[in-house]
Amino acid sequence: MDMQNLLLMRDEIVLTAILLLMLVAEIIIPQKHKKSLVHFGLILFLIYTIQSFFPQNTGELFGGSYKTYALAHFFKAVLAVGVMTILLQSVEWIEQKLLPYDFTAEFFILIFSSLLGLNFMISAGDFLMFYLGLELSTMPIIALSAFDFYNHRSVEAGIKYVMLASVSSAILLFGVSLIYATTGSIYFEAISGAMHLPLLEIIGLIMIFIGIGFKISLVPFHFWAADVYEGAPTVISNYLSVISKGAAVYVLMTLLFVTFTAFQKEWDYIMYGIAILTMFIGNLFALRQKNMKRFLAFSSVAQAGFILLALLSHDELGVKAIIFFLLIYIFSNVAAFGVVHLISLKAGTENMDDYNGLYQTNPRLSLILMIALFSLAGIPPVAGFFAKFFLYSAAASKGYYLLVFIAVVNVTISLYYYLLPVRAAFLRKSENPIPSIKSDFYSKISFIFIMVGLLVLGLYSGVLEYISQMSNIF
Amino acid sequence: MNTFDYIYLVPLIPLLMFLFLGFTAKRIKEPISGYLGTAGLLAVFILSYYTAYRYFFVDGIVDGKFQQIRVMVKEGWIHFTDKLAIDIGIIIDPISVMMLVVVSTVSLMVHIYSLGYMHKDTGFSRFYAYLSLFTFSMLGLVLASNLFLIYIFWELVGVSSYLLIGFYFEKPSAVSASKKAFIVTRFADMFFLIGILMVGYFGQSFDFMTLNSDSTISMINSWIQNHQIFSFLGLSIFTYALIFVFIGGMGKSAMFPLHIWLPDAMEGPTPVSALIHAATMVVAGVYLVARLFPLYYHIEGGAALRFVAIVGTFSALFAAIIALTQEDIKRVLAFSTMSQIGYMMMALGVSGFDEHEGLGYMAGMFHLFTHAMFKALLFLVAGAVIHAVHSNFMDKMGGLHKHMPISSWTFLIAALAISGIPPFAGFFSKDEILTAAFEYNKVIWFVGFLVAGMTAFYMFRLYFRIFHHKNTEYEHPPHEAPWNMSFALIFLAVMTMAVGFISFSEYVSADLKPFHSHIHWGDPLVIGSILIALTGIGAAYLMYYKQTEYPAKVASGFGKVYHWTKNKFYMDELYLFVTHKIIFDKISKPIAWFDRNVIDGFMNLLGVTTENLSERIKFIQSGRLQDYAMYFVSGVVAIVMIIIYFR
Repeated sequence: MDMQNLLLMRDEIVLTAILLLMLVAEIIIPQKHKKSLVHFGLILFLIYTIQSFFPQNTGELFGGSYKTYALAHFFKAVLAVGVMTILLQSVEWIEQKLLPYDFTAEFFILIFSSLLGLNFMISAGDFLMFYLGLELSTMPIIALSAFDFYNHRSVEAGIKYVMLASVSSAILLFGVSLIYATTGSIYFEAISGAMHLPLLEIIGLIMIFIGIGFKISLVPFHFWAADVYEGAPTVISNYLSVISKGAAVYVLMTLLFVTFTAFQKEWDYIMYGIAILTMFIGNLFALRQKNMKRFLAFSSVAQAGFILLALLSHDELGVKAIIFFLLIYIFSNVAAFGVVHLISLKAGTENMDDYNGLYQTNPRLSLILMIALFSLAGIPPVAGFFAKFFLYSAAASKGYYLLVFIAVVNVTISLYYYLLPVRAAFLRKSENPIPSIKSDFYSKISFIFIMVGLLVLGLYSGVLEYISQMSNIF
Repeated sequence: MNTFDYIYLVPLIPLLMFLFLGFTAKRIKEPISGYLGTAGLLAVFILSYYTAYRYFFVDGIVDGKFQQIRVMVKEGWIHFTDKLAIDIGIIIDPISVMMLVVVSTVSLMVHIYSLGYMHKDTGFSRFYAYLSLFTFSMLGLVLASNLFLIYIFWELVGVSSYLLIGFYFEKPSAVSASKKAFIVTRFADMFFLIGILMVGYFGQSFDFMTLNSDSTISMINSWIQNHQIFSFLGLSIFTYALIFVFIGGMGKSAMFPLHIWLPDAMEGPTPVSALIHAATMVVAGVYLVARLFPLYYHIEGGAALRFVAIVGTFSALFAAIIALTQEDIKRVLAFSTMSQIGYMMMALGVSGFDEHEGLGYMAGMFHLFTHAMFKALLFLVAGAVIHAVHSNFMDKMGGLHKHMPISSWTFLIAALAISGIPPFAGFFSKDEILTAAFEYNKVIWFVGFLVAGMTAFYMFRLYFRIFHHKNTEYEHPPHEAPWNMSFALIFLAVMTMAVGFISFSEYVSADLKPFHSHIHWGDPLVIGSILIALTGIGAAYLMYYKQTEYPAKVASGFGKVYHWTKNKFYMDELYLFVTHKIIFDKISKPIAWFDRNVIDGFMNLLGVTTENLSERIKFIQSGRLQDYAMYFVSGVVAIVMIIIYFR
């Protein structure tokens, strides 16, 4: 193994490097200049983001534990962009809440390590690497969820997350050991060749599915989502709902499409039922939420249900639909959470009723919120419409018409609650609306970037064609 | 062919201008936005004239025939079947280039004129943004290379017309006028769309060049002969398709009975009336028929074309009669426009195809061209007058000649032109139309002949009553329009005098081959049409030059007929009766009841059920960690059990 080969891990190496640099910076930057850590962290991550778009060789390392290919590399770049926008939105929050306690560097280091874990998880070639990545991504987030430690809800969120995450990890590990017991290997390729479908294998498989399903917040493993999203700092909720969920969906997709193809029939049953459950439960709970973060939590549960539609299709169309959906979903949710974050930071409220009359005082924020929610709801011409459309066509191409119909029913329900904040912001009048908010420079960049993305991605077919070129992962 | 590759810039510039002005309308203040819009239009104007020069004098003609050139912007934009696809393309042929010249000239003049007319209007920037949108749409309509594309731009001009008619949206009458225009034209467009789909289905293409090609025409005609396509009441379905397409054109071009929106559209600012409702958008229907002329002429022996001729002739007469008695100067001009467009339709309807036979086609296009100039001029003068007097009504005017000499002289030139007095532009085109009609059918000719006389009469009634008639005392003494308005007037007046001398048949003809046509001055037809125009002018002079009692006497002499015409033959009332009493009461109300009670009721039930369900299950999300863990594990167990059971 020479250096050339090691460069296959360029993403991870750069990420580790900037993580370590951050650690060093924390030590050497004197106390009165701590503020510059924020900019330092942003610049480092920008470098990482930019490098993640450079082309990358494909291949395997460590005897197959680590492998990289075009789609994985692309998806890492997407995650990097997502994290970048979240970091941009969080600058002011860091300066207000973390800087006084001198937690700036920790925040960046934790986020970077979590992303590093996700990257390893995406590139994993065996269960060991997969599990390491999973835990590496989860542990920092648990810490971050409790970062608002003066707020008891935040601490509660951290505790709940750590408990349930360990339950799910236990189940996942149990599943892995069952698979190992029956196939005698932890390498994905070897497993896929050695399958002969005894019941034990299936149970192992289900447990692995549930371990990942916990991250994606599929029903009935979604209960943590609302409480954690609500309690955790909004930036972290944002990260949880898009970045870590997106990566988990990606991994589930590759496991299912590439490794466990022999189990297609069993998978499909589970997926079918869970998709319906997840869509309905997510939507029905989202209907009554008054807290914007809880509201977005259940909305993201419901969105996870939609993704399962395309997981049923087992082909390139499905891969394309999922990756495109995740891309759009990341953009939409980051925008929605970004607005909620900004308002919560500046006006101190997360209550939907306080959004009444938002348009009078903050027309731009209201517009961003509207476009983001329209995209989540799937209203043309915003990108979200096309994303949902491809999910449906992926499911319909395999003949799951009933499921598509149920999904459409759910979209209708979701339309109702997605329009609630829009109605509050635009149509409701208020005696004392949220005062006019001046967003900082970084948030502005992030919002402009996302808005352009949301409006352009759907209409410009280049991105989709690019994705579909890479979609042959089988 | 790369010579015309730049042509996409022509519609693109106004589009960019619209986007820019639209997004910055609140920031950019009055003169800047106007100058920007005008500068953009000037670029379009230069490009259009350059194109016309290149096309007509350098590149266009090959082997004695004008070429139809297609510039593809995107091929295969939307695919329906293997054969049937929509491209985004631009067609360059004599009529589209001619229309480019018309649209860019009038639009530029209106842009310049509005700098003065819209001065100090609160919506100044918005106005220029809309003007740019309209110009973009109209240029797109003119250049569109296929039926679907033309339909897109057709709707876009409809929208921009809607926006501009309702420009003074705080005035209820403007709002209802804009709605009326939009709904009536949309109603017609429904037929247009059906027609497009039918033409596309049978013709296997939406592309004009393919549709108009000999092979397509002979294919369809052979189907008709062999009864391979469905026919109804003796006419094949394809002829109906063409008629449906024409109904779309009737809506836009305000042909009877879909003309009712045009008089009301005068609620918009006057420059808009000049641009949209006199020179460009309203002739879209004429342009459409001309575009598909080979189809209209050849399919089933021109059955659809006869329909065009009848509708055009009737509208010309109908509108001319109404125009005789209107008091609002803009409405007189509106009905006059309708009448003149009827003339153009008539000209197309009576036309043949090859060489000299295609005189009607050429004359219709020629009249479109000259009419655009002098009718825009008439409207712009009317605008200047309204601007000075602050009223639309002739009663409030009179004796303006000494106050506003430029307006008066330019109006006189335009009035002479529309009346058909040589050497002004209208004479040449109108005379060609009458000649063509005479060869086709004496009745149509006679109607056209009568309309020519009436046109001369009502135009001079207008002229005398505005500029002479009586010495009205004005509260604020009227003064001549500012330089930018006057410039536009003078420019168009010069055009009006000059364009008649273009030997149009050298450039525009039905079969694309240039031919010679010239006026035979001794021909009784020519003398007759000059005489009837002079008669009309003379009658107007007698009745209106000075205040006399003749008008009242004539009015009472006609009795009922006078009231009928003054009330526009009660067409609006008829429409109101049909829509309110029949459609709304008898059809819409029961449907509305069904919708409110049955359909909404069902939907509400669904909504309430969903709400209830959501309420009932909310206890699950208890917030207690042990519950969550329990659900989690039970979920695992349940899934495993289910799989084991069903396996």
